[in-house]
Amino acid sequence: MTAATEAGTVSPADLLGLYEQMAVIRGTEKAAHDLFLQGLVKGTSHLAAGQEAVAVGASAALRPDDYVFATYRGHHHAMARGASPAECLAELMSKASGLCHAKGGSMHLTKASAGMLGSYAIVGAHLPMAAGAAWSAMIRGTGQVAVAFFGDGATNIGAFHEALNLAAIWALPALFVCENNLYMEYTPISAVTAVPSPAAGRAASYGLPAEIVDGNDVVEVRDAVARAAARARSGHGPTILEARTYRHFGHSRTDPGTYRPAAEVEQWLLRDPLQLARVRLADLGVPERQVAEADERAAGVVREAVAEAKAAPGPDPADALRDVWADGGSSWRT
Amino acid sequence: MADVITYREAVAEGLARELRRDPSVVCLGEDIGAAGGVFKTTAGLFDEFGRERIWDTPISEQAILGAAMGAALTGLRPVAEIMFSDFFACCWDYLANEMPKLRYMTGGQVTVPVVVRTANGGGLGFGAQHSQAVENWALAVPGLKIAAPSTPADVVGLMAAAIRSDDPVVFFEHKGLFASKGPAAPPGHVVELGRAAVVRAGSDVTIVALAATVPLALSAAQRLASEGISAEVIDLRCLVPLDMATVLASVARTSRLLVVEENPYQGGWGATVASIVADEGFELLDAPIRRVAAACVPLPFADALEQQVIPTVETVTGAIRRLAGY
Repeated sequence: MTAATEAGTVSPADLLGLYEQMAVIRGTEKAAHDLFLQGLVKGTSHLAAGQEAVAVGASAALRPDDYVFATYRGHHHAMARGASPAECLAELMSKASGLCHAKGGSMHLTKASAGMLGSYAIVGAHLPMAAGAAWSAMIRGTGQVAVAFFGDGATNIGAFHEALNLAAIWALPALFVCENNLYMEYTPISAVTAVPSPAAGRAASYGLPAEIVDGNDVVEVRDAVARAAARARSGHGPTILEARTYRHFGHSRTDPGTYRPAAEVEQWLLRDPLQLARVRLADLGVPERQVAEADERAAGVVREAVAEAKAAPGPDPADALRDVWADGGSSWRT
Repeated sequence: MADVITYREAVAEGLARELRRDPSVVCLGEDIGAAGGVFKTTAGLFDEFGRERIWDTPISEQAILGAAMGAALTGLRPVAEIMFSDFFACCWDYLANEMPKLRYMTGGQVTVPVVVRTANGGGLGFGAQHSQAVENWALAVPGLKIAAPSTPADVVGLMAAAIRSDDPVVFFEHKGLFASKGPAAPPGHVVELGRAAVVRAGSDVTIVALAATVPLALSAAQRLASEGISAEVIDLRCLVPLDMATVLASVARTSRLLVVEENPYQGGWGATVASIVADEGFELLDAPIRRVAAACVPLPFADALEQQVIPTVETVTGAIRRLAGY
């Protein structure tokens, strides 16, 4: 956790650290995109470039033993919780050294040892799970919180509403963090949602507090998550955070995102989370040279990750029949 | 404890034993707490274990199974109740996509030790949306273990095994059996998942049954004994793991196989049993494999109509008689 003393304040060293984490994620997402174009990644991928501040800011405010549940657009959350770029890229490239041993792929990055309990590709499915992890923490008396990150599109599915109600009535130590990137796949979220704020606007229905935050400002996200986590840990129940952000790429690999007005894209690119952090670093008096060095370190990490993932062996074919069951096997009959 | 208990009481007894044994076991579901469950299958648990262990939920089947799964990933052994198995359709994502896949798709990073209990099957006149036998739905999903006991003692023993399992288990409690009675389970009783029981020995025909079709098969076998037909009855007790070794060994003795299942013939679990015997036991057979299953229609309301749809002692008796004479 960074040593924030009051909201909005951050030390130069802490902010530079957050910036570098975001730069590593950005570089990894770009590498993933390039590897797709080179035919080295199959299937699909939902890149989170542009949304790094949500993951990095939130992680900075959480304890190492807290639980995180993410969506199929979840590379940034896996890395923010400690998955290495190499193991993420290896997973995308179907390599044995991948996070999930090439059995999950882009949409299911998971780092359970770091409390990152999965990336889920059925929209909204993980919100009740996060409620359950929070319920478990409450019963066990551990002081942990559980965070569900989800997109704006998930706010119109039943599991979202069931999870919020359950978390509210049981006062669970849960955080529901919406990454509102303005589009549910190819459709503006505003065109399919009855209230202007798809997540925060539903909070009143469940008697829950909500905050709308600048999801591109890593410090603002960190502080909002810290407030919500403190509230949850003190027994006051869940909070909804709606982080306004924007994805740089289309919805998925095959989507060029042409449905988004050019002026809108341009405006959001100016508010890119890395750019905002650079402005904050300059305000704090951090020399440009130090920022450039962080960029170089990040680029080096990504370069090595790409090389490592490319060089890794493919999966052991026998792995296809492993790990259905807890005993490691897949036998279903005698 | 009484020497004889009902199947209904055995559910609460099985849960209570594990709740006492393991503090990480918690129960959640609709009306399971102070109300004791709509079928009284959780009667007494709230009084003994309190709100910290027995949790009443809203009518939110997705939240129930999702929360159970989240708790299972983080150190608890939750037992979730879905009041009627028909309601699996409201939370099918968790049974089809989440619980059975997470361990596999994360390369073995997690286990999902959760039990999903549900009241299954017909016989009580609840109509088409509260009466189906849906064990075949669960069998269609790799990654779920499936228990479906037919006696009170097996309810207790399989419940112990299901809750101690590190894998997700769907636990079908048959509505038509709740009032039935049987010997109580001895202390510490555990029935390993995937072990069928030969509940009646015979030499002419093997009858494979599950849950409520076990007493049907036993009644039919009893009737036919007076006609000189000796039927062996196997209670599968679980569909996954599926104890085909016991089935094939029995068919080796009898050379004839009848499967009696309450789910529809179309896609029913008996088709899987039949296909394995056809594949691996063809040389053992002296007659075609036969199946008695529910008709491929929704369950009708009236008893007189329901009896036309699901297996009865009469239909099973007739099927055995024809098979023995083949």
